[in-house]
Amino acid sequence: MKFAIQVNEGPYQHQASDSAYHFTKAALEKGHECFRVFFYHDGVLNGTRLTTPPQDDRNVVNNWVELAEKYDLDLVVCVAAAQRRGIVDEGEAQRNGKDATNIAPRFRISGLGQLVEAAIQCDKLVVFGD
Amino acid sequence: MSDKKQFMFLNRRAPYGTIYAWESLEVVLIAAAFEQAVSLAFIDDGVFQLVTGQDTTGIGMKNFSPTYKTLGDYEVRHIYVDKDSLEARGLTQDDLQVVPWEDWETEETVDNIVEVVDSDKLAELLEASDVVFSF
Repeated sequence: MKFAIQVNEGPYQHQASDSAYHFTKAALEKGHECFRVFFYHDGVLNGTRLTTPPQDDRNVVNNWVELAEKYDLDLVVCVAAAQRRGIVDEGEAQRNGKDATNIAPRFRISGLGQLVEAAIQCDKLVVFGD
Repeated sequence: MSDKKQFMFLNRRAPYGTIYAWESLEVVLIAAAFEQAVSLAFIDDGVFQLVTGQDTTGIGMKNFSPTYKTLGDYEVRHIYVDKDSLEARGLTQDDLQVVPWEDWETEETVDNIVEVVDSDKLAELLEASDVVFSF
């Protein structure tokens, strides 16, 4: 089955990102396909490389990065949600005159059209959040 | 992307207290541009999103409530409101915005696409949807 995943909550505050990660990982290990993971609302906060959890805790951001590296996952952060919450890549920094970037590797910032396209292309859209 | 899907946006939260309502509306407007069959449903505190006369001046937030009135222009064809959720909050359809719809090609018009439905009907509608976005 071809899945699209939507993550609506930030890391650590909420289990949504962990659950989405475990679901996606399990689906890929079973041979299913993941068309895209789309991060929306506070979910965009999963896409900053500056996250530094305590050493005895899981690293939610790195979990996604490693999964993306292994399976060539498309991790997309919503641009409008990202701008509101200070998730910045090179292009956004230039466009909006910011002095730094924080986007994690393997993540990219793009528009809501990417979510709608994923919903059209997939067999199932699975939404994680309250 | 020629295939047209039934998109259902399930709105469950009151506006302004959190950003979910506003960011849901942003996806609705984009989905409509992709020429999908877009419907909205409002349940639980989500029914407050359609209540008329919202005034955000005292809280310093952008008032996006007038946007709902324009959804017909974005080819949103159906807006459903859960009857039990309305009643539990002391509301009736008279408290809700009117959203007109007009097909400029056939000149077919509907005065108000906002429809109050019971939970059985809502369950059927969700079952019949290809994609459910839950906010």
